[in-house]
Amino acid sequence: MTVASETNEALRRRAALQESRLELFRRMVEIRLVEDRIIELFGEGLIPGSTHTCQGQEAVSVAVAAVLRPTDTVACTYRGHGMALALGVTREALLGEIFGRKIGCMGGLGGSMHLSDPTVGLLPTFAIVGAGVPIGVGAALAAQLQGTEDVSVSVFGDGATNIGGFHEGLNLAAVWSLPVVFLCENNLYGEYSPIARTTPVTDLAVRAASYQMRSEVVDGQDVDALIDAIAAAVARARDGGGPTLVEAKTYRYAGHSRSDKATYRPEGELERWLQRDPITLFKTKLVDEGVDGSALEAVWEECRLQLEQSIEAVLASPLAEPSDMLANVTAGRI
Amino acid sequence: MKRLRMNQAISLAIAEEMERDERIFLMGEDVAEAEGTFKTSEGLLARFGPSRVRDTPISEMGFLGAAVGAAVSGMRPIVEIMFIEFLGVALDQLVTEAALMRYLSGGALHAPLTVRGSAGAGLGFGCQHSQTLERWLVGTPGLKVVVPSGARSAYGLTKAAIRDDDPVVVLEPRALYGRREAFDADPDAVIPIGVGEVLGQGDDVTIVALGQTVETARSAAADASWAADVVDLRTIQPWDHELVAESVEKTGRLVTVEENQFTGGWGAEIVSSIVSACFVSLKCPPMRLTAPDVPVPYGELERQYLPSADYVRTQVDVFVKTDTVPSAWWEELS
Repeated sequence: MTVASETNEALRRRAALQESRLELFRRMVEIRLVEDRIIELFGEGLIPGSTHTCQGQEAVSVAVAAVLRPTDTVACTYRGHGMALALGVTREALLGEIFGRKIGCMGGLGGSMHLSDPTVGLLPTFAIVGAGVPIGVGAALAAQLQGTEDVSVSVFGDGATNIGGFHEGLNLAAVWSLPVVFLCENNLYGEYSPIARTTPVTDLAVRAASYQMRSEVVDGQDVDALIDAIAAAVARARDGGGPTLVEAKTYRYAGHSRSDKATYRPEGELERWLQRDPITLFKTKLVDEGVDGSALEAVWEECRLQLEQSIEAVLASPLAEPSDMLANVTAGRI
Repeated sequence: MKRLRMNQAISLAIAEEMERDERIFLMGEDVAEAEGTFKTSEGLLARFGPSRVRDTPISEMGFLGAAVGAAVSGMRPIVEIMFIEFLGVALDQLVTEAALMRYLSGGALHAPLTVRGSAGAGLGFGCQHSQTLERWLVGTPGLKVVVPSGARSAYGLTKAAIRDDDPVVVLEPRALYGRREAFDADPDAVIPIGVGEVLGQGDDVTIVALGQTVETARSAAADASWAADVVDLRTIQPWDHELVAESVEKTGRLVTVEENQFTGGWGAEIVSSIVSACFVSLKCPPMRLTAPDVPVPYGELERQYLPSADYVRTQVDVFVKTDTVPSAWWEELS
């Protein structure tokens, strides 16, 4: 395990998440509040462009972060705010990016869909469906070639399993026995379309069978079940046991993007999923374990306060400037 | 006269063509039930049914390839690529397969295929959802590329693309979908592919524009100390050489206003051809006004990145007064 540098806030946040179950809870709350607030801020016209939020899927992100080492690689999608925060990216780096500020994790040049922080293993999040699948395979290939014990996790949605890159990536990983975990967040909708209308199988995990690959279906609202499944797959990958496809059954409370009101959802579906809210489920479990319920309730208010402070700090910080866009195109540019 | 948004004009053009020819069908991601992410297929599912208006999985290679196969087998498919960047995973099917069907069959086969995609910056979507990408396509023999600049040209060009017997790509500027324009929607008001249009007349300079830069160029010319022929190119492969040459013979000065980055932009083709054809008529070297050679930045910086009307007016002021090409804004910064 890489020891967190005290000077790196992202690594510190990552280590904290791995050390305490309370912090797992707190991070899920943080993600939920950040996502709700981002939708509000977009609604107020304070943020340009579009955004894709992950309310309802928080457990998946924190489970990945709880299992992986910072030297492992995560290739994630444009629905990536939760994953970034879970892996350790600070609220200021995330919100700064969305507000186009210099303190954003891409200097304010990328926006909501383009988050990255190599210190905690987060590749720039991929805004093209399925693009991160073969790239995650490539990170695993590098680990194999370099003889490190690092693994790579490709995180993608259900819709991506119909893209050629998904199948090509799985095949390569299987024939080369690469240390990669394919983690499908099956939230039941590919953009505006229910998965059943675009995909002939219900359990996407069965697709691993064509590549003689292990697979597992896991409850995506249950943090502990997710941690167990991902940890087993990661351990196998680290030990040279090859890739695994993990399918997390989850649900997206919001629409595909900020302009999507999700009117296509059958009546009562959202309400049914809210009954199995991952944060509430985990809270119940923690209380059963003896944690004080009122302390958990207080976390919400603490996180809300911290979030407002972060937003204030971000809005007071400088915007990206025109000259910033000229940098980092290639090594030769200033 | 109808006063329509550009997305309504596209829906109308498709509907009229589908009514006229039952070989035409539409497919793409969320084009049916959701009527298109940008509402470019409004009412089509209700009118023509799910057989001719088809939602697809997120599988561009699959459905674009299927369209090529259907096109050479007697159908006339229209494929929507929601964001033209998503063409990347399907490029082979278009440039290496569809574009070559006629050639590779000695003229026995052809692929009457229309590929429509949203293109360009202006909505703050970040670098993977803001590109124009005509550069990927214009160098492909067998492929035609058209770019509407508003509701009127979208209506006429969409019809032309659908009626064409070869593959045509329609790059629809995303930022213009909601823009209204009054025009005469005669069902046979087809804009011939390869024919540009002069909008506004002037003797000092010829400004060639395309897509959303047409409005930029017209705004720049409206309050200027010089008078310009503003040419809406409308098609870039093949482009209207005769129209541009005729104007340049009159004005002696050529400017292109391009949304794309400088290197390899469509204007380079115009400039090189016109210099060869009209060398003695030119009073000074031509000027290309483009975006800098960087990825499209997020948010507010897009406004700096794109050539604005003010920028065009200022640059053309210097150009016309001095008969020299002033530095681009980014050259001043670096």
